[in-house]
Amino acid sequence: MKVRAQIAMVLNLDKCIGCHTCSVTCKNVWTSRQGMEYAWFNNVETKPGIGYPKDWENQDRWHGGWVRKPNGQLQPKQGGRLAVLAKIFANPHLPDIDDYYEPFTFDYENLQTAPELPTTPVARPISLVSGRTMEKVNWGPNWEEILGGEFDKRSADYNFEAVQKDIYGQFENTFMMYLPRLCEHCLNPACVASCPSGSIYKREEDGIVLIDQDKCRGWRMCVSGCPYKKIYYNWTSGKAEKCTFCYPRVEAGMPTVCSETCVGRIRYLGVLLYDADRINQAAAVENPHDLYQAQLDLFLDPNDPTVQRQAQADGVPEAWLEAARQSPTYKMAVEWKIAFPLHPEYRTLPMVWYVPPLSPIQAHANAGAIESTEGVPDVDLLRIPVRYLANLLTAGNEAPVISALKRMLAMRAWFRTKQLGGMPAPSLLQENGLDLATVEAMHRYLAIANYEDRFVIPTAHREEAENLYALRGGCGFSFGNGCDGVETQSSLFGGRMGRRKIIPIRMLDDH
Amino acid sequence: MNAATSMQLFLFGIYPYICLSVLLLGSLVRFDREPYTWKSDSSQMLRAGHLRMGSNLFHYGILVVVLGHFFGFLAPHWAIDWAMDPARHQLLAMVGGGLAGVVAIIGLSILIHRRLADPRIRRNGRKWDIAVVLMLWLQLLLGLLTVPVSAQHMDGAEFELLTTYVKGIVSFRSDVAGLLLQVPWVYRLHILLGFTIFLISPFTRMVHIWSGAGTLAYLFRPYQLVRTRKRAMRP
Repeated sequence: MKVRAQIAMVLNLDKCIGCHTCSVTCKNVWTSRQGMEYAWFNNVETKPGIGYPKDWENQDRWHGGWVRKPNGQLQPKQGGRLAVLAKIFANPHLPDIDDYYEPFTFDYENLQTAPELPTTPVARPISLVSGRTMEKVNWGPNWEEILGGEFDKRSADYNFEAVQKDIYGQFENTFMMYLPRLCEHCLNPACVASCPSGSIYKREEDGIVLIDQDKCRGWRMCVSGCPYKKIYYNWTSGKAEKCTFCYPRVEAGMPTVCSETCVGRIRYLGVLLYDADRINQAAAVENPHDLYQAQLDLFLDPNDPTVQRQAQADGVPEAWLEAARQSPTYKMAVEWKIAFPLHPEYRTLPMVWYVPPLSPIQAHANAGAIESTEGVPDVDLLRIPVRYLANLLTAGNEAPVISALKRMLAMRAWFRTKQLGGMPAPSLLQENGLDLATVEAMHRYLAIANYEDRFVIPTAHREEAENLYALRGGCGFSFGNGCDGVETQSSLFGGRMGRRKIIPIRMLDDH
Repeated sequence: MNAATSMQLFLFGIYPYICLSVLLLGSLVRFDREPYTWKSDSSQMLRAGHLRMGSNLFHYGILVVVLGHFFGFLAPHWAIDWAMDPARHQLLAMVGGGLAGVVAIIGLSILIHRRLADPRIRRNGRKWDIAVVLMLWLQLLLGLLTVPVSAQHMDGAEFELLTTYVKGIVSFRSDVAGLLLQVPWVYRLHILLGFTIFLISPFTRMVHIWSGAGTLAYLFRPYQLVRTRKRAMRP
């Protein structure tokens, strides 16, 4: 056993309202730069839909994640080491920028400078890549917002696998949910395994996966290697970039920007202890249905004295063990089993987990239109098909998802009855494997969701690793060399690209 | 010594050392001081288009050409003599190198067309990117032009002369510059442009060739990489 700690995230999709505050605050902090306009370290997708970039879940097309070879060994789906190197000159599985969307601005100037016209002047879209006027913007960062577009196109969604999807195109059967996505900071990251330069790494102390910008050579194999398409190629700097899990904040004990600003309070951050020696074994279990359980088995009980002793021997600080005992993510994922990994079948052992959403049926059930037991309706009647959620969260294994949904419904029914002055039947809890203490804790964490319950983040111990006196007056987080934070205009070694300007020079198409 | 010979001595006896020094020192300084600028600078994501065909043809072609030059010119005599005589060696270089050169120049032509004609790529490239591809294209053309010239002397003697020159340069005998007075201008232009490409490499995206060689380490490393601060803990 080798104990390591990771700050893991859980998102309670039941409460996500799809407001995109997480995406916008993340963009403002991290990617509002030339070359990264198209990139969203955090984005929110409306499901069902093909997502961003288009069709990202379809690994037959993008070849992300891992495959288990007949001999039981894992290999990146895009190929073994030689195959990866052979594709280095032109990566056949790299998305085009149009698969994300062509970044654009608008010609606002025209609104002020247009001559008097019989019609209202318009601000036409201008491509930030080519600088040319775009006839029409035909894809964007969230094109399918609230089921935008035809069902025919959206239903290419990979999670409809084994679902009779045609009926969900009908208005009265339609369903939707939001899926906020960020880098999964996996235990078995395929991006790390795909990098020919060895520039991507996982941090031992907190599990954050980062790209060493000085070591990245822009070979682009990580972009195709990541099945979640959460590594972005910066087409200005020529380097790959990804979600940093806001590590400068997390090190200081603060939640990530997306978590901090989430108005629905759906995000939770807490320590999970895991056994690093068994990662390979867990990722390589034969049946994809077992991957969720295999990953769950990796997580160690922070209250177990054996684990505590080994953790201390492996250098996990005491404060981190204490945080692990208070961890909201441990409670949700391991104790209550209501959170699940996103697409475990990619075999990357992701560390951003999701509580599946309930869907509108409760009111219908209350009206007596639907059978219910103790106020808990049959989960098969939920508007979102269970199979769809299972395809998203457990590689198609429905049982754990059903159990989680039932627990959440039971918690609601319990507290509704109490709120209305009634006395809920104890069988409601027993049948769902809950007890009074658990259901009250679930209510506190899921419904009340206090800040200090949601975020239990021990600080990093940089003072043990670095001479802080030497860092005094340093420049913190910056790109390139030096403290100026921007590339110099001209440099002996390349510097900035030729005629680029942040606001593009207008190139008119009237040749 | 007349002006022509001293020019000859400079261009083929001294200039190569300037170019190689700048290549090595420049690369080292850039690697150390400006690692953030060190990259392959791929434009594939802006528009894949014909990149896949062009880039693969060019890179695989040029790899064969460069490795062929490297081993053909620098391998010691004993390593080759047991297998073939100079005439056969020359024939191999002409046929093998010629074919790889044709593949590379076709690929590079596709890439140049893409770089100049596609508005996305054109606008986001550096001037140096265009200069480099044009220089490489010209160099490939010069290299291919040497094939018909070589075909006129199939005895391998001229080939031996060039080998002696290259070996002389890498063993710091700049007096070998005089040997080149006897070879046709196309060889001399090819050599000059070749060293010039070495000269400009540290200042262009060509530095990615070093890293390309470095990626061979990928074949021998474990898939997962973990970094820790603990190793930095020193009293």
